[in-house]
Amino acid sequence: MPTFVYMTRCDGCGECVDICPSDIMHIDPVSRRAYNIEPNMCWECYSCVKACPQNAIDCRGYADFAPLGHSVRVRREEEKGTISWKIKFRDGREKNFVSPIRTTPWGSIKSPSDYEAPSPDALKTQELAHEPEALHVEALPALPPRKD
Amino acid sequence: MGLFTTRKTVFVESDILIIGGGFGGCGAAYESRYWGRDLKVVVVEKANIERSGAVAQGLYAINCYMGMQWDENQPEDHVRYARNDLMGLVREDLGYDIARHVDSSVHMFEEWGLPIMKDEETGRYKREGKWQIMIHGESYKPIIAEAARKAATKVYNWVMVTHLLMDKTRPNRVAGAVGFSVRDGKFYVFRSKAVIVTAGGASHIFKPHSVGEGMGRTWYAPWSSASAYALPIQVGAKMTQMENRIVLTRFKDGYGPVGAYFLHLKTYTENAYGDNYEATWYDSIKEMVGDYVDKQPVPTCLRNHAFLQEIKAGRGPIRMVTKEAFADPDKETVGWENFLGMTIGQAVVWASQNIDPKETNPELIMSEPYVMGSHATCSGAWASGPEDYAPSDYQWGYNRMMTVDGLFGAGDAIGGTAHKFSSGSFTEGRLAGKAAVRYVNDLGNDQPRVDETEYEDLKTIIYQPLENYKVGRNEIVAGTVSPSYLLPIQGLQRLEKIMDEYVGGTGTNYLTNEPMLTRGLELLSMLKEDLPHLGADSLHQLMRAWELQHRTLASECVTQHTLFREETRWPGYYYRADHPKLDDIDWHCFTLSRYNPESGEWAMEKAPVHHIID
Repeated sequence: MPTFVYMTRCDGCGECVDICPSDIMHIDPVSRRAYNIEPNMCWECYSCVKACPQNAIDCRGYADFAPLGHSVRVRREEEKGTISWKIKFRDGREKNFVSPIRTTPWGSIKSPSDYEAPSPDALKTQELAHEPEALHVEALPALPPRKD
Repeated sequence: MGLFTTRKTVFVESDILIIGGGFGGCGAAYESRYWGRDLKVVVVEKANIERSGAVAQGLYAINCYMGMQWDENQPEDHVRYARNDLMGLVREDLGYDIARHVDSSVHMFEEWGLPIMKDEETGRYKREGKWQIMIHGESYKPIIAEAARKAATKVYNWVMVTHLLMDKTRPNRVAGAVGFSVRDGKFYVFRSKAVIVTAGGASHIFKPHSVGEGMGRTWYAPWSSASAYALPIQVGAKMTQMENRIVLTRFKDGYGPVGAYFLHLKTYTENAYGDNYEATWYDSIKEMVGDYVDKQPVPTCLRNHAFLQEIKAGRGPIRMVTKEAFADPDKETVGWENFLGMTIGQAVVWASQNIDPKETNPELIMSEPYVMGSHATCSGAWASGPEDYAPSDYQWGYNRMMTVDGLFGAGDAIGGTAHKFSSGSFTEGRLAGKAAVRYVNDLGNDQPRVDETEYEDLKTIIYQPLENYKVGRNEIVAGTVSPSYLLPIQGLQRLEKIMDEYVGGTGTNYLTNEPMLTRGLELLSMLKEDLPHLGADSLHQLMRAWELQHRTLASECVTQHTLFREETRWPGYYYRADHPKLDDIDWHCFTLSRYNPESGEWAMEKAPVHHIID
């Protein structure tokens, strides 16, 4: 479903422009609001819909196979750690779903530099960062060296 | 050139340059920093790593997790599984290496905050299937991107890399890359001691089923523009198994995934008349591929083959029987959330067509082909294996280094390693990152140098489509038809048509032969001759122009490989009609290609498949 933007809700902030992986959300120079410049390169990933602070972006199913009258709306709330969906069928039936998106505070991941530096000898081993502990087994598995 | 002499050039120095900020690139950034505390680690991405790559919209499962802590699987088991699924041909050394490390990556994801579902009784991760665990992965990519941003010295978003740069002091050694900002148009010259290519595989090289608005709803992301292949090919890196394109059986039009439906919800397929058809094709498949049909689970391509034969026999559409499973409300929730977590478009298709799988068994379809290296397929660069056990002819330097010195890869970029998916691609990025740190340390003072003439020449070439448009646009009144330039979408549609009609797309029921491939190569070479005449009216279209360049070079490589392998190894992915059977005597091997950047010619060879796991 390619995205479209409601004229009365968009304030031209550009959040969608900065997140669209396909680079197809652009600001219209006349209206100073965002729009989808290339609907046939839209993956319907909803990255822009989720990012829009004004809830100004929606999707209309691809014209070549989706009959009108449906909607799939989303609200992603980082502070609550949830994503909520409302699916509306062409015939009016509705389904609602809520899922968690993250179990830790945003920004809380440690840089690898925050861990103790590995010894120079460890660089020559096959172990990766935090191994073997992070494997939750005693040692990194290995195969016997080839004799050829 | 006059128009662009004022275009600013930005020089970026780094020790390790990571091209592409998807799962492979994020893993490479993390590991490079862990081992290389004082190194300058730079990530460059044509979009924004917060939502870039194949996992931009999320995932509902991690498809590669051993569960060694609970003795669920061992790395050897995964090698056997991938080998069976790919009809015997995988790099077992590389696959084992990913499998032995992948659990630690998944445990890091959980610690970082990825919600992984747990089995309430056992406390273990909830299994969707033998290899898959279930996650609430809407924010899978933003979480992994946060780790990569913390690790990298700097992330350059909205810069598309178009070419690699080679060392002027020593042949066959990488020295950096060039590209342009899709935001402000600045020219970027990255000078780096090591380069890790973690760009994406290829959608939109074969014509998709939908050619209207819905052409964006490809199975693999439309921004996966084959840069993972074109960048190494351009500098003469050897590629492997590029003929091994993948075709997916998915829910119709939205390409919603079927894994959770088959494995977790226990739904099954039937033809239009309610019959289970797969077993009826057993004898004819055995005739084509021999004992491979008896492998369990049945290889993905062979299940595709049965599906296609049933459609050709006139008993379509094939449907997924969902009504029984969806009577259970918990399973109904899983069925919908599975789409909302990773293929929202399928939910939209069903809502628009009033398809509630509780009441209607939804249609399935076989997709157009894709070229990538991380799913049930393994196209990519020929890479050096792990130092501790890889066979000697699979080992010429550092782990995951291609056949160009200092050039590493991960994810879709590395060939021979099927079924790595998100977690395996991240893990392969980690392997490449650590190896690149060793490479950089070992270089000492012997550092690569870029040639100013080389990048200045590339600068002219890169911006040429803007100039072509500016000049040619004045020739015509208005519209899209010009006698002097091609728009990127026009070139893309020509590429897709050539690949579809000559190289085994949906238009021929995935069938090709030597005369068709030869003709396809002729048409591709004319397309290549036309590409310097692309016209771009904006930086966005300039990006599309370079995506098309990358897709076209990768397509030529795919066609050369398909021509070279004179057998039908993976029926259901494609058919060599002139060699309709699997041939283990002559073709139980890898195909390798090398593009000669000077002559433009391709050299093909075979490489042995070493079975290092029983």
